[in-house]
Amino acid sequence: MLLIPCPWCGPRDEAEFHYGGQAHVAYPADPAALSDEEWARYLFFRDNPKGRFAERWSHTAGCRRWFTLTRDTATGVFESEAGA
Amino acid sequence: MAERLSPLAGFEPVSAESLRIEEIPFLTQLDVRVDPKSRAAAEIGLALGVPLPTEPGTYASGDCDVLWTGPDEWLVLAPPGAEGLEGRLREACAGAHVGITDVSAQRTAVLVDGPRSRDLLAHGCALDLHPRVFGPGRCAQTVLARAQVVLAAREGDAFMILVRSSFAGYLGAWLLDAAAEHLLD
Amino acid sequence: MTSRRREGVAGETLRFRYDGRDYEGLRGDTLAAALLANGVRAVVRSGGLGRPRGIYASWTEEPNALVQIEEPFPEPMLQATTVELYDGLVATGLGGRGRLADRPDPARYDAVHAHCDVLVVGAGPAGLAAATAAAASGARVILADDRPAAGGCLPDTGETVDGVSGTTWAAGMLAELAGRPEARVLPRTTVFGYYDDNYLVAVERREEGAASRERIWRIRARRVVLATGAHERPIAFAGNDRPGVMLAGAARAYANRYGVLAGRRAVVFTTGDGAYDAARDLAAAGVEIAAVADVRRDAHALDEALAVAGPLAGTEVLTGHVVTGVGSAPDGSVASVTVSGPSGEREIEADLLLVSGGWNPVVHLFSQSGGALRFDEELHAFVPGEAAQAVEVAGAARGVYTLAGCLEDGVATGTRAAEAAGFRVPPHPVPAAERVTALPSGRLWLVPADDYETHFVDLQREVTVADVMRATGAGLRSVEHVKRYTTAGTAHDQGKLFGVLTSAVVAHATGVEIGDLGTTTFRAPYAPVSFAALAGRDRGMLHDPVRVTSLHGWHAAHGALFENVGQWKRPWYYPRPGEDMETAVLRECRAVREGAGAMDASTLGKIDVQGPDAAEFLDRLYTNMMSTLKVGAIRYGVMCRADGMVFDDGTVMRLAEDRFLATTTTGNAAAVLDWMEEWLQTEWPSLRVYCTSVTEHWATVALAGPRSREVLAGLAPGLAVDAASFPFMTWRDAEVAGIPARVCRISFSGELAYEINVNAWDGLALWEAVVGTGVVTPYGTETMHVLRAEKGYPIIGQDTDGTVTPADLGMDWVVSKKKADFVGKRSHARADTSRPDRKHLVGLLPEDPGLLLPEGAHLVATSRLPEPPVRALGHVTSSYRSAALGRTFALALVSGGRERIGERLYVPLGGDPVPVTVTHHVLYDPEGARRDG
Repeated sequence: MLLIPCPWCGPRDEAEFHYGGQAHVAYPADPAALSDEEWARYLFFRDNPKGRFAERWSHTAGCRRWFTLTRDTATGVFESEAGA
Repeated sequence: MAERLSPLAGFEPVSAESLRIEEIPFLTQLDVRVDPKSRAAAEIGLALGVPLPTEPGTYASGDCDVLWTGPDEWLVLAPPGAEGLEGRLREACAGAHVGITDVSAQRTAVLVDGPRSRDLLAHGCALDLHPRVFGPGRCAQTVLARAQVVLAAREGDAFMILVRSSFAGYLGAWLLDAAAEHLLD
Repeated sequence: MTSRRREGVAGETLRFRYDGRDYEGLRGDTLAAALLANGVRAVVRSGGLGRPRGIYASWTEEPNALVQIEEPFPEPMLQATTVELYDGLVATGLGGRGRLADRPDPARYDAVHAHCDVLVVGAGPAGLAAATAAAASGARVILADDRPAAGGCLPDTGETVDGVSGTTWAAGMLAELAGRPEARVLPRTTVFGYYDDNYLVAVERREEGAASRERIWRIRARRVVLATGAHERPIAFAGNDRPGVMLAGAARAYANRYGVLAGRRAVVFTTGDGAYDAARDLAAAGVEIAAVADVRRDAHALDEALAVAGPLAGTEVLTGHVVTGVGSAPDGSVASVTVSGPSGEREIEADLLLVSGGWNPVVHLFSQSGGALRFDEELHAFVPGEAAQAVEVAGAARGVYTLAGCLEDGVATGTRAAEAAGFRVPPHPVPAAERVTALPSGRLWLVPADDYETHFVDLQREVTVADVMRATGAGLRSVEHVKRYTTAGTAHDQGKLFGVLTSAVVAHATGVEIGDLGTTTFRAPYAPVSFAALAGRDRGMLHDPVRVTSLHGWHAAHGALFENVGQWKRPWYYPRPGEDMETAVLRECRAVREGAGAMDASTLGKIDVQGPDAAEFLDRLYTNMMSTLKVGAIRYGVMCRADGMVFDDGTVMRLAEDRFLATTTTGNAAAVLDWMEEWLQTEWPSLRVYCTSVTEHWATVALAGPRSREVLAGLAPGLAVDAASFPFMTWRDAEVAGIPARVCRISFSGELAYEINVNAWDGLALWEAVVGTGVVTPYGTETMHVLRAEKGYPIIGQDTDGTVTPADLGMDWVVSKKKADFVGKRSHARADTSRPDRKHLVGLLPEDPGLLLPEGAHLVATSRLPEPPVRALGHVTSSYRSAALGRTFALALVSGGRERIGERLYVPLGGDPVPVTVTHHVLYDPEGARRDG
């Protein structure tokens, strides 16, 4: 059971959180201007690195805030990063 | 008109030396959303008589309890029948961007008290409730058994549990079942 | 059978039954000790080869002696070496598989969470020293130990500490811990899993009379000290599985801890000094030591020392010798031992062969924690290397094998752990023990032979060195692959004794160093854990929360049957005496279509959306326009995910210019709120909007049917209910039955209908008033489903599955063409979402009007099934009997379905596919004539 450092509530059991996948994938400013391929890339393609990965979490059973953390996917260890 | 019915109306309170469990029904509850740095936040605090606590996981008490539930969210607990409170808060910060919502029946309150209260909660709560860590004035939104709750530490061994109304029957049954061994003493 | 109990050992006599025979043992015995005391040597037969097997070890590392407890409650696959004897125990030996009980377990199992500054695992000399040192600082300390009594190996070895017996010293340490308010001792508690962030899980086998039989401890520790000891290592030689072959330390434990002699005449086979201590104790207890075969050629110093004095005086020590064979008695147990070495080969008569191949530190938990292991060339063993978590290892678990060393190491480690957790440890004395020096150990894994068919490396799985060599001969090089190929190390004991030996054999066979080869991965659980313990109290009613509305008691009291919708219990239908489901639902449907019905709709999700930008926010999330909604009005809306697929639907009421109330489907209430928060917080933080769940604040009663207006009028005399004053898709605040209410004129049945919302505390009063009018029939979710399906209204999640667009549902009208963007809009322009063969929601009428199609049934084009693969055109999503249509009907998702209206398709149901006609999905009142009553 990982302890995930919620920037507001402090470390809590991972069961209190919802995973939001890769961070910093912004909703395109003008989706209509994108080709089908560009739009599909936004919709369906995400990185899957072994090692450092910036990812989004939501403390769903706590303060309901979304935030971004960097985690080493090989070890599960978090580094702190500025919140969402 | 028929009587009002609280979610744990059928719950037989537990009253032993070691442990007490009872519902505190019909509290007035308001969800308050506001930027804590705004003037409106200060005005709401004045109207409540209790400033909105900004330290995560704490609550402030006066005529009502104000629980921090998020960086721009608080849960106000006032005695039953405080119907005018919502209007007074809206008036206090008229025109500002705030969210004030009556959630009185959204959750019910359960008071757990007695020397075995922490042992009881430890059956289903992963938080460290040791008085060194979670003393009076602290609150948390977390999971108890399989229900989301708001948990607040009162003086001594007392805890207030706020549970969604639909989960109250489940949580009441779970607490009673867990309490059995703590009543043996 | 004669007793093998040492003279002078006495205690409370307990009766037990094993494999159909009655025996007696003493309180404090394990089942294994009691069996040995009764001279039972072959305790089980192996599952595959049927070879007799004896007791090999004295605790949880036992590979052979698996038993099934028969009384008082059947429990399979327990180790005889860990079962505490009790009066009336009935057990049978298991060769392999056990049997589950055929009745529910009446015992209670539970769980607790615990937090501490320092968790010490193992209450042997090192663990006790660590725990008492750490607890002296005031730190919160938990000491967990899997034995019934503290002391670790001290009762086995009989050593003294601080001038008193090891057991007395351990009791003193426990008393000291009992005096520390922040210390907790957990005996009979096996820490079996070490997970992320110092989260450890243990199972406590509780004493008779405790509130639960077993308890799972979920422990979050700031620092962990592992003092888990070491397991003695066997050696692979011919016949090493015979009953009577036993670890030297185990035989010593049976003699010292239980007063039981495992044999009468023993040969010792050893690589080091430890076995001499065992032999000395056994000799003192009356076992004749026939000879010691010591693999070391340079063990002469010992030889000379032994000749002088003590119980082993005169014992023959055969240096440089190994065991090459075991002769067996008629029952298969050891009758003689063949030793070979510089003196040649000799057969020695013996009924006991004590084996000591050195020691393996118990590194399981350390390895589970992510810590690295390294091979120590002097200890010939894998020891803890670099830690990955806040953990330290003390004593034999890191290769410190002397008592004095363990005590010293324990104090130092416990002190370090408490100080790392921020506490100050006062000066703490190191308990005193005799200091001994030992000769270096020899290293021998495998006695060379021509034939390796009885050199066992896994007694439970019956894997031999020959099997391992077949694996390496087949080209396998990794121990993980050899494990899976041979199954060595996959039994209940997970290779506790033989795992490292197996690695050594693989290394030997492949010509690599064992340190380079490594071990197989250590995984939780360290020892077997029962599913009952893991399930704990999450059984029956507490298995999963049951969510109920404020009206639940009424429904139950009035005979409703309930449908599970997620965790909710919703009234399904209300059968009257003599009614089956079909009759009851047809009656309820007719009541709504012809009179008035009431349903508990409280479970619908409700989200209060407030703020100056609330309208803009909803425009971005819903496919249709919400900003044009007037205060007092209601609009149906659909939400899509960014991929354009329908995610949820519901109504949106505008409460004020800057305030809306959105409803969601029952199952999606939490997901929709999360969805809203996600967009607000992560994409549109500049929007001034707050969302709050009010799902359970409100009780909602749906009142539907042509007579619903007159019912409402009677209950709410202050409310103008005529169609002009209270039009469709508007809401009004009013008193209903004297209760402040918000009344919405919306319909999910096509009939004139209202939804009345009141504070949930008043829900029952409202319901009783509505039903009390006498003209309103309570109806359940099944009737609601039939009525909505007749109107072609989809249920998100039943008629959709995350691959369906609004257009697929025939709901183009709900998708705004005016908005520049909304979530999902761009996807509706993808080539894939405009394919003509997409699945559309259509109606189906079986040609047999009495035939009810099963939901999920597939649709094909032809009346005869072609050879596979058969192309399915779609599937039935909803299927009901309709009172209004006088027949059965269904909804289905069908490829190009709208172009197939009027076509005949077929549904394979086992026999010949049955014909159905494709229709428009709205089958009842397509003109919408009934909604105004």
